[in-house]
Amino acid sequence: MKKLMLGNEAIARGLYEAGVRVVSSYPGTPSTEITEFAAKYDEIYCEWAPNEKVAAEVAFGASLRGVRSACAMKHVGLNVAADPLFTLSYTGVNGGMVIFAADDPAMHSSQNEQDSRHYAIAAKVPMLEPSDAAEAKEFVREAYRISEEYDTPVIVRSCTRMAHSQCMVELCGREEHELGVYEKKPQKYIMAPANAQKRHPFVEQRMKELKELSEVSALNRIEGSGSDMGIICSGTCYQYVKEVFGDSVSVLKLGIVNPLPENLIREFAGRVGKLYVIEELDGIVENHVRTLGIECVGKELFPPVGEFNQAVIRAAFGIPEPQSITPDTPVPVRPPVMCAGCPHRGMFYVLAKNKITVLGDIGCYTLGSAAPLNAIDSVLCMGASVSGLHGFNKAGGAENEHKSVCVIGDSTFIHSGVTGLIDIAYNNSNSTVIILDNSITGMTGHQQNPTTGYNIKGDPATAVNLEALCHAIGIRRVRVVDPYNLTECESAVKEELAADEASVIISRRPCVLLKNVKAKPPVKVNTDKCVGCKMCMRLGCPAISIKGSKAHIDFTQCVGCDVCTQLCRFDAIEKGER
Amino acid sequence: MIVGVGGQGSILASKLLGTLLTGEGYDVKVSEVHGMSQRGGSVVTYVRFGDKVYSPVVSEGEADFIVSFEKLEAARHSVCLRTGGKIIVNTQEIDPMPVITGAASYPSDILKELKAKGVYIDEIDALSLAEQAGSAKSVNIVLMGRLAKYFHIEKEKWIAAIEKCVKPQFVEMNKKAFELGYNA
Repeated sequence: MKKLMLGNEAIARGLYEAGVRVVSSYPGTPSTEITEFAAKYDEIYCEWAPNEKVAAEVAFGASLRGVRSACAMKHVGLNVAADPLFTLSYTGVNGGMVIFAADDPAMHSSQNEQDSRHYAIAAKVPMLEPSDAAEAKEFVREAYRISEEYDTPVIVRSCTRMAHSQCMVELCGREEHELGVYEKKPQKYIMAPANAQKRHPFVEQRMKELKELSEVSALNRIEGSGSDMGIICSGTCYQYVKEVFGDSVSVLKLGIVNPLPENLIREFAGRVGKLYVIEELDGIVENHVRTLGIECVGKELFPPVGEFNQAVIRAAFGIPEPQSITPDTPVPVRPPVMCAGCPHRGMFYVLAKNKITVLGDIGCYTLGSAAPLNAIDSVLCMGASVSGLHGFNKAGGAENEHKSVCVIGDSTFIHSGVTGLIDIAYNNSNSTVIILDNSITGMTGHQQNPTTGYNIKGDPATAVNLEALCHAIGIRRVRVVDPYNLTECESAVKEELAADEASVIISRRPCVLLKNVKAKPPVKVNTDKCVGCKMCMRLGCPAISIKGSKAHIDFTQCVGCDVCTQLCRFDAIEKGER
Repeated sequence: MIVGVGGQGSILASKLLGTLLTGEGYDVKVSEVHGMSQRGGSVVTYVRFGDKVYSPVVSEGEADFIVSFEKLEAARHSVCLRTGGKIIVNTQEIDPMPVITGAASYPSDILKELKAKGVYIDEIDALSLAEQAGSAKSVNIVLMGRLAKYFHIEKEKWIAAIEKCVKPQFVEMNKKAFELGYNA
């Protein structure tokens, strides 16, 4: 049976078919749906972990116990999971273990476009890279075979265009794997120096054996018998190459991108005239080819930034683009915005109004940085707002402390903000931390997290009590405010900034897009009272615009949050009727 | 290509097309972007079908059809339309943030400009028709109804695809939306 499947859904199907029993992940675009789809199979235990490091360690534990396990994360999540990864390479596995890392070239939803292939090379583990959903499912099965045969974790790399594209996928049955035997093997699993020193040579030997596999594996294949031009590529780049050239050029398609098949590359180079390497992001394959003494063309033609498509390849080879028509009038950009009724907006308005320095974090609320609020000063990585604020205040001193805050979402706080708050308490900085608690992991599309009271299946779960947690860390001043109430927010921010000790403000209201959050009737503008002062426009609410010289509220977007009514000095915004 | 503003329901439209076209025996690839760009930003979904499809994305001058949920988005993505291709556009205007903040103005005549350059544009007030069908959220299916007019696939097959893709309680409303778009 064939089914049209998203790349991530196909990976989840691959997990099912490979007999995987345990999956632990932290959401991150474009990897999130792998775990969401996997959770639909009753045969697989799935969970959202607090962060990627925990997820990878849960998968390690499951592998140690003798089942096939997985964890999925976005590329920057692999940074968080890097610590277990590098030593997992030494311990190897009991049940097969696969890490799914999803890169985001062009940064559709990320803060950088790092290339995950570096991790496979650095950690000395094999990496597979499928080019579409159909391949992805097959590669998952092969990844588990390799993991168990070579005693290694395996990374499967995907990218946005693989993860979020659908194609026809052939479905197969599940390969059952019984719970394996667990034996205590200190020399393999206790990575203290004496044991680790013995495991490192094993890792080096394993890479040699994996290189032999890479030479003969069906995942690395030459297409075409020889031509003037030959192209080495992998992943979605293969699809773009085929789109442009069809069968007219020879292609070395790499499915195993670490370790590389050096003899196969030599053989391919010998068969073709000019050799090209087409790869998104870094020139990793290209550089490797050059170290073999083989000339090739790569990053001088193909950019190291952004996402490729058939047009990028055509342009590099000087193939003319099809004609197209564009308007002469400039088209205004349409950046993403916080939704109408977003509970983050009220707090950001208060922070912007009081000209407070705000260290921001990763989530929907990063959008508080956009005009007209312009309320955020920095965004680095998950959790960095809290620890960053501590450093900022230690450097800037007392005056600084009364003018700066950080903002972090509930899920991001659990992910890696908690440790920063411990630093604030332990090392005694007078910092003010604002937790924007919208009771869900928002940006990635509504995943439950340890604060929501529900697990990945939607069943009730133990909820972290944020107030109690902050108290336990040693923060005495902890208060909860409703971000729809501007007065309450403003006094809380002013009082906590004025206080001479660390404090946490929990700005709590559920995401307006949650199904159980009922919208109130839309508010409307009384045009007789509206003087067109544009005070309400300072909120950056997408439901509010100026039509003629008066404010106008789009009833299809407005959810009646009433934040704008609190701003209007002329009582021109009136509550709607049911 | 299906283009619009995040949250307008383009994912359901692409699901419908995917179901329909695979049912017709075509090789199909659909590509969408989730995450950050969904929050009221410009969103694009590519649907490609044929005997064999490689790339999941559409680039400049390649699209046979652009179905746009909003006027400005039709203009933004017109660069992807092939010579002789068609744009089907919901005439709704949704102000992007630079327009809301006054940094830019909404170019209301932009479709006229494209028409003057010879682009085929089929304008339809899909929002009103969707409301008539029972929900403003069925704009996506109204537009699919309009697109169906240009396809050589029987209407019954589109209806069957709707039945497969939407929850049972919304089938009747969406069928009505489809008919309104088809007959507009």
